[in-house]
Amino acid sequence: MALANRQIRLLKVAVFLLCLGPLFTLTWKALHDIPATSSIPFIAAGVDRWSLGANPIEVITRSTGKWTLVFLLLTLSVTPARKLLSQPWLIRFRRMLGLFAFFYGFLHFMTYIWLDKFFDVHEMIIDIQKRKFITVGFTAFVLMIPLAITSTSGWIRRLGGQRWHRLHQLIYVSAVCGVIHFLWLVKADLRRPIYYGTVLAVLLLYRLALWIVPRLGQKSALKNSYAQD
Amino acid sequence: MLIKKSPDIPSSEITPKETYLNRRKFMAGAAIAGAAVVFGKYVGNLGEPGETVHAATKLNVSGKSQFSTSEKPTPLKDITNYNNFYEFSTDKYEPAKLSQSLQTRPWTVEVSGEVKQKKSFDIDSLLSKFPQEERIYRHRCVEGWSMVIPWVGFSLAEFLKQVDPNGKAKYVKFTTKYDPKQMPGQRYGVLEWPYVEGLRIDEAMNPLAILATGIYGDELPKQDGAPIRLVVPWKYGFKSIKSIVKIELVTSQPQTTWNAAAPNEYGFYSNVNPNVDHPRWSQKKERRIGEFLKRDTLMFNGYGDQVASLYTGMDLKKNF
Repeated sequence: MALANRQIRLLKVAVFLLCLGPLFTLTWKALHDIPATSSIPFIAAGVDRWSLGANPIEVITRSTGKWTLVFLLLTLSVTPARKLLSQPWLIRFRRMLGLFAFFYGFLHFMTYIWLDKFFDVHEMIIDIQKRKFITVGFTAFVLMIPLAITSTSGWIRRLGGQRWHRLHQLIYVSAVCGVIHFLWLVKADLRRPIYYGTVLAVLLLYRLALWIVPRLGQKSALKNSYAQD
Repeated sequence: MLIKKSPDIPSSEITPKETYLNRRKFMAGAAIAGAAVVFGKYVGNLGEPGETVHAATKLNVSGKSQFSTSEKPTPLKDITNYNNFYEFSTDKYEPAKLSQSLQTRPWTVEVSGEVKQKKSFDIDSLLSKFPQEERIYRHRCVEGWSMVIPWVGFSLAEFLKQVDPNGKAKYVKFTTKYDPKQMPGQRYGVLEWPYVEGLRIDEAMNPLAILATGIYGDELPKQDGAPIRLVVPWKYGFKSIKSIVKIELVTSQPQTTWNAAAPNEYGFYSNVNPNVDHPRWSQKKERRIGEFLKRDTLMFNGYGDQVASLYTGMDLKKNF
C-alpha cells in the first residue's frame, strides 16, 4: 500500500488531531464536572470518565504521565511496524509522535512543578535528589529535550544523519526511565507498569535482534570460510 | 488547642445534602431519559433502584462529640467516589461501583483471643446496643490527600469493655471480610488477603478511636467500608480498616497488611507525621479534597492533644 503525498498529508492532519485527544478529553472533563450518580450504571460509568473527580490534579498528573509513556512506545513502534509490514511511509509519522511524547511529558512536568509543588524550587530540588522515582522521571523528561530541539530537518542536516541517529537513541534511555518512574511510584499494584515495561522490552529486543543477527551471520560466515580452508 | 469547639448543629443539617440529592435525582432522571434512547441495552438496569444513595438508611444518631472538628466536611460525592478499597480495585474511582455487590446483611463481628469470653455480634445489635454518635474527623491518606468526614459510630473503648479483655491482651487485631466472589480485588495478590490491621491496646482505648457505622447520618456506603469499620483519625487512612468481621485481642504485635507488603514504607504505628517522609514522597503537605493549594500536614493529624501521650519516650522516626 503506497500512499500518495497528498494522502499522507491528510492522514497527518487526522493523526495530529487524534494525538490531541487526551488533552481535549482532560480539558472537557475539567469544564464539565458531572455530579456523581453511582446508582445508575450509565452515569456511574460516566463519573470517572466525564469529570476529573475528587482529586483533579491527581487525574491530570496521571493522565499526562500515561500519555507520555504511550506516545514514547508509539514512537518506538514506528520502525518495527515500518519494517515488518514493509510500509516505509510510516516513518513520516515518527517525528510527530515523538514530539507529542515530549508535549505530554512537558504537560506532566508542568503539572508537577506548578500544581503539585507550586514552583517551590527548594522542595523540587529535594524531591529530585531524594526521591528515586522523581529522579528517574526527571531524567526521562530532560533526555527528551535535546531530541525535541533537534527534531527538525535543519538539525538533521547540521548534525549529519549518523550523529543525529546516535543522539536520538537517547529515546531508549528516556523510555526505560519512564517505565521505571511508573514502576517506582505505585504502591502495590504493579500490573500496569509491568504491562508498559513488557511492550517496551519487546520493542527494544527487536532492535537488539536487528543489531545482533547480522553480526552473528558475519561470524558464522567467517567460521565457515575457515572450515573450508 | 487544634481541636475546635463543635458547632451547635450536626453536619447532616448544615450540609445541603438534600439539595445535592435533589440535583442528583434530577440528573439521574435526565440521564435515564437520555440513556433510554441512546443506550437501549441499559434500560433494564435503569429500572432498578440505586443502592448507594437512595437505599441508605438513616441511623439513629444520638449526639455530637467534643472531638468533632468545625472544619467544613468534604461533600458526600467525593467521600463516596474517591476510595482506596483494594478489596474491590486498586483504582480509586472503581470501588463506588464494584462494592455494590457486597452483602452487608447478615453481618457478624466475631471477638476472640485474650477475652474472658468469646462473643459474636450481629451488626444490627451493635447499632442498637451502642449509642451512635457523630464524629467529624480529619482523614489523612498516606498518599498525601485528606478529607473531613462526618462519621457516625461508637467508641472502640466502650466496645472493648463489653468483651472484657484479660490481662494478657496487649494488642487488638482487626480483620476485613474475605470473599473473592463479592470482593473482586481479592482475586489478585496485590496485597495479602484478608486485610489485617492492628492497634496497641492503649491506642485502641483512646477516646478518639471509634468503630464507624455511618457517614452524614446515614449507614456507611459500601465503598467506605460498610457495615462497620475502624476510624483512628491520628493515623494514616489505611490503619482505619474497613468491613470488619473479626476483632481479636492478642498478646503480641499483629502482622499488618501494608507493613507486610512494604515494611520500610508502612510502619505498624503509621501515625500522621509531617516530619517522617514516606521513603518515596514527602508527608509535609497534603491536598485537602476540594482545595487547590496544598496545606501543611499536622502532627498526629492535629490530634496531638489527645494522643501524643501514648508515644512519650518513643522515637517516632524509628517507630513510624
